[in-house]
Amino acid sequence: MFEVIFLQFLNGLDKGSAYALIALGLTLVFGTLGVVNFAHGALFMLGAFCAVLFRRILTLETVTIDPEKLSPWGQPLEIREPLVQAWFGEFGAVLVNYSVPISLLLAIPIMLVIGISMERGLIKHFYKRPHAEQILVTFGLAIVLQELIKAGFGPNPIPQPMPENLRGAADIGSWLGMQANVITYPWWRLVYFLFSAAVIGAVFCFLQFTTFGMVVRAGMADRETVGVLGIDIDRRFTIMFGIAAVVAGMAGVMYTPLLPPNYHIGMDFLVLSFVVVVVGGMGSLPGAVAAGFMLGILQSFASMTQVKAIFPGIDQIIIYLVAVVILLVRPRGLLGRRGVMEA
Amino acid sequence: MTKFISRKDLTLFISFTAIVLALPFLAAPFGAAYPDLLQRFMIFGIFAIGFNILFGLTGYLSFGHAAFFGVGSYAAMWSFKLLSTNAIPALIFAVIVAGIFALVIGFVSLRRSGIYFSILTLAFAQMSYNLAYSVLTPITNGETGLRMALSDPRVLDRMFFEVPAGTPVPSLFGATLSGWNGFFFSAVFLIATFFLAMRITNSPFGMMLKGIKSNQNRMNYTGFNTRPYTLTAFVISGMLAGLAGALLVVTDPLAGAERMRWTASGEVVLMTILGGVGTLVGPVIGAWVIKYFENIFSSFNNNILYNFWSFLPEGMQSTVVYISSKFVGEGWHLTLGLVFMLIVIFLPGGIMEGARRIGALLERISGRTRSRSELKPTAAE
Repeated sequence: MFEVIFLQFLNGLDKGSAYALIALGLTLVFGTLGVVNFAHGALFMLGAFCAVLFRRILTLETVTIDPEKLSPWGQPLEIREPLVQAWFGEFGAVLVNYSVPISLLLAIPIMLVIGISMERGLIKHFYKRPHAEQILVTFGLAIVLQELIKAGFGPNPIPQPMPENLRGAADIGSWLGMQANVITYPWWRLVYFLFSAAVIGAVFCFLQFTTFGMVVRAGMADRETVGVLGIDIDRRFTIMFGIAAVVAGMAGVMYTPLLPPNYHIGMDFLVLSFVVVVVGGMGSLPGAVAAGFMLGILQSFASMTQVKAIFPGIDQIIIYLVAVVILLVRPRGLLGRRGVMEA
Repeated sequence: MTKFISRKDLTLFISFTAIVLALPFLAAPFGAAYPDLLQRFMIFGIFAIGFNILFGLTGYLSFGHAAFFGVGSYAAMWSFKLLSTNAIPALIFAVIVAGIFALVIGFVSLRRSGIYFSILTLAFAQMSYNLAYSVLTPITNGETGLRMALSDPRVLDRMFFEVPAGTPVPSLFGATLSGWNGFFFSAVFLIATFFLAMRITNSPFGMMLKGIKSNQNRMNYTGFNTRPYTLTAFVISGMLAGLAGALLVVTDPLAGAERMRWTASGEVVLMTILGGVGTLVGPVIGAWVIKYFENIFSSFNNNILYNFWSFLPEGMQSTVVYISSKFVGEGWHLTLGLVFMLIVIFLPGGIMEGARRIGALLERISGRTRSRSELKPTAAE
């Protein structure tokens, strides 16, 4: 029984990591700029498509027809060779193999630029307008972004292979001295969890231990006073928006081997991430992270067959159910500060 | 005693009725005069008016209204299957079921306001959608969707007369509801809904709702318990969504879960905003515009585009066609998203606000002092 529970716990971690990363970005934006950003899921999707784009570039190939050999269908054999491999040889093959993690390098600057231009170009003008209008305009932006991606990459999911030596599963049980092959966990999910833990840790350290982070935290607490002290807080907040976009984008890049991205992947995650943010407490960063993991794990437990036998269909609704209960019982969320959006 | 209906309202109502009933002729120049599309105009008009009673008057932004629409569809379909192929019992049944559903969801969701209310309604709608796809398959028939079958019991029909052979279709006391009949049937309901919305807006109840929108705290301080009022508005709006859902089943006898997805909820928000929040005619105009362009734009293909841009020089033509083809056909949602963003950014009052501004501008130009263009109600800020 312990093994089963432990396995479900592990299974919840990777989804929980994705929720936590997106919710972290949402909360950063809400906590600094006070904007409810419905386009945040679209940033996740854009990140995922950075990985797709990068792989497309890497696998540009030359097609040569070899008239000597025949393919199994009796046609002249086509030899496809990626250009990268032709130029760099072995190193090129390694590049193609590790295209997903390497595309982080491409995704970070792209997402930073997208995030900052989004804030300067659009969201800046909505600080003083009601929350409903912020929701609506970012919702419209999300539609536009995902339709642009659909126009560029087509409506179908595009599978991204993970690096070859990270396929298969890790035998976590035997590491912990349990029987072998009882608790196995796919390597890439483990990587994803560790990656997101690192990103979350980095964001918290950045906020906690740098001067920039200190100013941002001060601005979150009292924006006006920080402004009066002669600090250009708007600029810092813009950068925070960029960082939130980068976090969402990186979450998207690394998630592509787990779920082939299509144009509405962002929206699917966004709806859940909003629920996560509300459960964790609007504006509370630790709350967002904790609630992300908690809901991911809960969802994984709810999809156990034993649980489903008692409550049919619970796996479909558990997250929303938790959100409804939390909102009614403790409106500021699990770790929310008193008085922040406690209406 | 006050007059039952003011002269201004009467004019508005009569002109609205006239326009709706004359749509088959008015829409002809736009290539929209076929019953299927016009019926959708009516149905989504009802949906948008219903949504506007909640969002426009009380300011509560629900992101889960499609749930009521879907529930209405399913209820109507079950009435067709169990009771009778007559549309009237189906509509009544659908409105009642959607109303009860809205009562339960509204009772819970209205304990919170602002963004929390939006997320609560979204959560409930997603729950309904997910359940309709998974556990409730015996009721909803899952992905396939629910449709009528020859072997359905249809108790009322069988009790009174011989059931005709062939696949059952929705009817109205024996008259079929396909084609133009269906359009006029739905048009009657749209006009009735419009009348209801007009009466609500002008009633003390409507004033109360507007008061809640502008300042709920102050309403509470003056001694009103606002919750029963918001709940009533929520239930009315849910019932109208149910009515619209049921009418859609009458037109097209297939009830599917995808009508409950949050994208469908988003669509009705788009319609209302595009037309003008808080106005009477705005949501209807928004629904018509969106449905019209959805229909026209998604039928565009490259040939039509080539003809359209044929005045351009050869090389430029193909480039322009390539670019514009991304905005029509499959990609028409891109256009919708862009237009919607522009509206929210520059014209938060929607088309109605734009019309009012243009009207004001024209008046200033012509230098008239007394305005007679106040026929259309202004946005309830």
